[in-house]
Amino acid sequence: MADPIIVIGAGQAGASLIAKLRALGYDGPLLLLGEEPVLPYQRPPLSKKYISGELAVDRLLIRPPGWYDEQTIETRLSAAVRALSPRDHTVTLSDGSVLRYSKLALTTGSRPRRLPAEIGGDLAGVFTIRTLADADAIAPMLAPGKRLLVIGGGYIGLEAAAVARSKGLDVTLIEMADRILQRVAAPLTSDYFRELHGRHGAAIREATMLETLIGREGRLVGARLKDGTRIDADLAIVGIGILPNDELASQSGLAVENGIRVDGQCRTSAPDIFAAGDCANFPWRGQRTRLESVQNAIDQGEHAAAAMLGNESEYDPMPWFWSDQYDVKLQIAGLNRGYTDTVLRPGKRAQSQSVWYYRGEELIAVDAMNDALAYAVGKKVLEARRSIPKAAAGDPATELKAWLSVS
Amino acid sequence: MPKVTWILSDGRKITAEVAVGHSLMEAAVANNVPNVIGECGGCLSCATCHVYVDEAWYAKAGKPEEMEQDMLEITAAERRPMSRLSCQIKMSDELDGIVLHVPAI
Repeated sequence: MADPIIVIGAGQAGASLIAKLRALGYDGPLLLLGEEPVLPYQRPPLSKKYISGELAVDRLLIRPPGWYDEQTIETRLSAAVRALSPRDHTVTLSDGSVLRYSKLALTTGSRPRRLPAEIGGDLAGVFTIRTLADADAIAPMLAPGKRLLVIGGGYIGLEAAAVARSKGLDVTLIEMADRILQRVAAPLTSDYFRELHGRHGAAIREATMLETLIGREGRLVGARLKDGTRIDADLAIVGIGILPNDELASQSGLAVENGIRVDGQCRTSAPDIFAAGDCANFPWRGQRTRLESVQNAIDQGEHAAAAMLGNESEYDPMPWFWSDQYDVKLQIAGLNRGYTDTVLRPGKRAQSQSVWYYRGEELIAVDAMNDALAYAVGKKVLEARRSIPKAAAGDPATELKAWLSVS
Repeated sequence: MPKVTWILSDGRKITAEVAVGHSLMEAAVANNVPNVIGECGGCLSCATCHVYVDEAWYAKAGKPEEMEQDMLEITAAERRPMSRLSCQIKMSDELDGIVLHVPAI
């Protein structure tokens, strides 16, 4: 029998990739390797509906268990890959077994950056949110009256703060930059979420540096800030960014540069090895790009599948993202990197507004807060590589829908 | 368990049982129904679970809310009067037997 296609990494990208291989007619042997003990599942709900108890674990699964048999896909869970030899076309698992592949995909994802142990990063009660196991460890601690310290004001930290507030915890969030969401959004969007969290009683402290977490008998009891302030806490959630899982690739001699370097066909620097998802660094619109999103995991995973079967087209995604906090849905279309200007558009409902990002006169992204129409129109216009003049975007009297049909 | 039937654009039919409270998008993904993708997992951000509810069932399934109405503006296939995002239709005993037409995309 022919050697299988092996996919290393059983997250969203790996799941999308194997499904697409089958959908495109690949009927050879196919093996999915995952380090976690569970079949591929959706991660976004972990910090939202799963951790709050609204969504049961079986509904997180991307495909039901029976699907893998129906599709004749072999899965090996709790399986860590120890080595990869591009020359021999083999992978070695931690149990010593050696598997040959015909083609290989690396969908190894990413992991949260942690606080160093010297400042209490490994104390009990200090969490990150990435895996089901993380969420399962945090969930029982989300009880009214507990004190949560969130470190990092990005989306994951803000989502955790929102869930914790709705569960009745006392929440303090510290962000070392001048404002929350500084790395990913314009000041208008930061302002909106600062106000939202303030209204729900979460204490947001920006330009605030952590000096150290404080433990007693190995368990977190609080934190000391650089300005000397002491904060008591029963648990801490650390959301200070994620790192691509590219170590296996670099140990195997593949080109790595803030993730596994791939070309527009998801090919790594080694023959017959592809990469997709959070772990992959790809060329997009003239710049090296690494996206940490479900959209990219799905689209690039599917693109890699097609490329593995010989498709030569260039991966040219339209990035989109979302976040849920309290009763607000944030939807983001496009990528705002390098923006030079923003325009605020008030929405039609309470708490609804959108922020339109421009580079020069060119629309590049939209943040829509409880305003699905702004998101929908922005996404459609960006997909068509068109723009909407700033004056029109900022004027609530302009009918947005009219821009859907302009060519 | 109540049942749902998808009619694909080539006329093929897929019927499956769905637990009460689960969305018809989740059911479609679980049953490998082509062209119902559900990229965003049902949070009204992608419009990739677009279906046409069969006329006989449209009223029972209920009208789309405002957010869904807005998202229906960007479906890949043409929007029609019976268009819904199937992540927003939750299975119930009243919907036992519901028929959904899957657009060609």
